[in-house]
Amino acid sequence: MNIKKFLLLGFAMLMSAAALAQEAPDALVKRVTNEVLDIVRADKELQSGNARRAIELVDQKVLPHFNFSHMTALAVGKDWRTATPDQQQRLTAEFKTLLVRTYSNALTSYKNQTIRYKNFKMNPADTDVVVATEIVQPGAQPVRLDYSLEKLDSGWKVYDVVVGGMSLVTNYRDQFGQEVRESGIDGLIKAIAAKNNKPQAGKTDKK
Amino acid sequence: MKRSAPALVLALGFALGLSGCATTGEKNPHDPYEGFNRAMFGVNEVVDNVVTKPLAKAYDKATPLPVKAGVGNFFANVADLFIGVNNGLQGKVGEGASDVGRLLINSTVGILGLFDVASELGLEKHDEDFGQTLARWGVGDGGYVFLPILGPRTARDTLGWAVDASVDPLRRIPRVATRNSVAGLRIVDVRASLLPADKVVDEAALDRYAYIRDGYLQRRKAQIWDGRPPRNEE
Repeated sequence: MNIKKFLLLGFAMLMSAAALAQEAPDALVKRVTNEVLDIVRADKELQSGNARRAIELVDQKVLPHFNFSHMTALAVGKDWRTATPDQQQRLTAEFKTLLVRTYSNALTSYKNQTIRYKNFKMNPADTDVVVATEIVQPGAQPVRLDYSLEKLDSGWKVYDVVVGGMSLVTNYRDQFGQEVRESGIDGLIKAIAAKNNKPQAGKTDKK
Repeated sequence: MKRSAPALVLALGFALGLSGCATTGEKNPHDPYEGFNRAMFGVNEVVDNVVTKPLAKAYDKATPLPVKAGVGNFFANVADLFIGVNNGLQGKVGEGASDVGRLLINSTVGILGLFDVASELGLEKHDEDFGQTLARWGVGDGGYVFLPILGPRTARDTLGWAVDASVDPLRRIPRVATRNSVAGLRIVDVRASLLPADKVVDEAALDRYAYIRDGYLQRRKAQIWDGRPPRNEE
């Protein structure tokens, strides 16, 4: 009897773990967005521009669902294949910092926007999908915000974020390409690192 | 001054053509007039920092949300007429009819466009202009152009803007002072709506000029294809 109960419990736990790992991409986007916005709405300091708070939040809630090496490869384009594994790793680390800062800075601009989720359809066999959302704000045009996700063993991961038709990832391609042509992959890594070491715009620009 | 805007654009177009020829060295295929554009970008940054941005910030801070929303809705409603016309010109008759429906509903039930009732009734707002129509007709973009105040555009979209501006109903306002105030308010309203984007660009860009250029070109492509541009993965 006891063993039966134990087995049942174990089985139930396995099932829920499997369910979590297979959370559908649209459900994942919705859950993470809601969690993040709930925290932002409650955090007055973050809303008034505290960049460190925003970065902590993004680190904790958003980062685990992003595939940064894929993002970096997309941003760099064809030069990615000419980089050594070590360069790829350093490049990914710097680009990740840059994106996290950008993303968390955007969060500090949050006022009273709401998110609308567009209809989402996918086939069970799909491994690459787009979850489309809209940021709705009174008196202004809604802004499209699309997430591209791919299915990995560890679950669905975001590899591109497109705001109003502009990809936060591929928008770097020409600039990075230019940098690589002028001063090589190491020059590009240095340029991004220099940008990352500058003080946050949010702190210096007190309105 | 406003009436001569298209002429000014044409004159600048010639200047562009010349400076384009003068540029040497390795060119970005997406930005043939880069030297000229960067110079204009610099001018615009100064004007923006001294005049436009402070005004937009003050407006954003001082104006209560319902008023801001009303102003935004008012200009959006006026724009719906030509969004409808452009949808028609692109052969999207259903969308065009829906835009005209929006205009009728918002101008009446929405009290001169101050409230966007049509969206709540499920008539979706579209995003069209004559530059997009030209693109759908197969006109090439003619190269990226950055002009002070007007901001990032392509040669094609500058022409499109000039056409849109020349038929703008708000230019028919008979009293000059009122007309100019309305035009000024529209600039401030647009600029204020871009304030959050400013912060993102500051944070994201290694090179502000190039980031805005590439962002504009990507966004434009998405607008022309109504959010479904043909995908290129390089």
